Amino acid sequence: MKKIEAIIKPFKLDDVKDALNELGIKGMTISEVKGYGRQKGHTEIYRGAEYVVDFIPKIKIEIVVPAEQADLIVEKIRNAANTDKIGDGKIFVMPVERVVRVRTGEENRDAV
Amino acid sequence: MELNTGDTAFMLIATALVMLMTPGLALFYGGLVRSKNVLATTMQSFLCLGIVSILWVVYGYSLSFGPDVGNVIGNLDWAFLRNVSWETGTGRTIPDLLFCAFQLMFAIITPALITGAFAERMKFSAYLFFTSLWVTFVYFPVCHWVWGGGWLADMGALDFAGGTVIHINSGAAALVCALVIGKRKGWGKEAMHPHNLPMTVLGAGVLWFGWFGFNAGSALAAGPIAALALMTTQVATGAGALTWVLAEWKIQGRPTTLGAASGALAGLVAITPACGFVTPLWAIVIGGVAGVICYLGVILKGKLGYDDALDVVAVHGLGGLWGALATGIFASVGYQGLLYGNPKQLLVQAIGAGAAIAYSVVVTFIILKVIDVTVGLRVDSDKEQQGLDVAEHSEVGYSI
Repeated sequence: MKKIEAIIKPFKLDDVKDALNELGIKGMTISEVKGYGRQKGHTEIYRGAEYVVDFIPKIKIEIVVPAEQADLIVEKIRNAANTDKIGDGKIFVMPVERVVRVRTGEENRDAV
Repeated sequence: MELNTGDTAFMLIATALVMLMTPGLALFYGGLVRSKNVLATTMQSFLCLGIVSILWVVYGYSLSFGPDVGNVIGNLDWAFLRNVSWETGTGRTIPDLLFCAFQLMFAIITPALITGAFAERMKFSAYLFFTSLWVTFVYFPVCHWVWGGGWLADMGALDFAGGTVIHINSGAAALVCALVIGKRKGWGKEAMHPHNLPMTVLGAGVLWFGWFGFNAGSALAAGPIAALALMTTQVATGAGALTWVLAEWKIQGRPTTLGAASGALAGLVAITPACGFVTPLWAIVIGGVAGVICYLGVILKGKLGYDDALDVVAVHGLGGLWGALATGIFASVGYQGLLYGNPKQLLVQAIGAGAAIAYSVVVTFIILKVIDVTVGLRVDSDKEQQGLDVAEHSEVGYSI
């Protein structure tokens, strides 16, 4: 089992979700996060005072999938989230030791 | 005078409209502070409705409008609203008690305006003392000077709806407050963004709406002058919103929503003393110039380095000062200003404004110092960091 964490631009969420649906991914968890990488932040102006805002809004998607599908899914997410501009985000893949479905107690492959 | 039901109906509504301005101000100010202080800031406007209403009945109306003593203050003959009738009007076509209620709403919003200067760092107890003492020793006397038959009225100073009494007065007090209480912790280092600008813009809209009661209602009759005041208020405010946005677009490269809301307020402030004395065309000039002056005032604050948190000095002080002088320049309805061959009016306006500033600065300073050595003005550093909502009120504006 692998966990895929993708940080993407907020307006790309629907594209990524649709791409994952096509692959038969049945669920995901997303959160609104803030951060910065090479893109850096932006400037905001309030009554004449300029502020540099470092942290900009992004969406973090978390999904857990069978290990053999991970590469394909990463590729799909990358294609869907790509705008060819700086700030498109990052994808992290990491191993998962164990998955348990709360309702039934099913484990691992059966639980995702 | 015989009561007029049309005038009375109009003034009942105008009074309610002016009341709504204070919750409107609470929204306006509440949106401008950080989310950890939204309730404390809202409270500082909202509770003026409580404090001042009581003081007004006990002695405020009497000091402001009661029988004159030495041209500077009213006596206590009308304390507890003795001799204030709801059945007759003295020199007016509306009941005395209705005039008293209308004027109460003005007395409520004035100290509420000042709270923007010390937002995010004053103790709630200090705020209660400050508001009570300030209306008693500053607002009631200055109100009497201008409207209650005091010396400024005798001198011929024009102030249709309260440019001097309310805006110059609160703006001058705000400057002293910002200087005496000091900067917010982290000022100039941490970002202190407005946390909810849609709320601020809604507040500006409520203020604008209520201001029709404030300005047109100051005619005290449902007649031609009320119509004039309503129209001048509308166009001056629109012009202010527009010019502030254009000025910041030119200078900083971006037209902002907060600029539009602030410019509207600047226009409202500036037209207040003039609204029943000038034509709509001059009102556009008055509001338009106000938008630029007040914007430049905000920029200047950043350079001078005092922390008037919500820009009361720039918007109400400068805007009010411009409005008072502009009344002396452009007045043509009932009175003549500089442009209509009466330069003396401009001088009288300047004296009125200067007197209000000097008096407000001195007395506000004394009040703040007295509170500082007794109950203390400022919350301690930890509480300021935590935010006044939790530290002073044990509640939060937003929970997930």
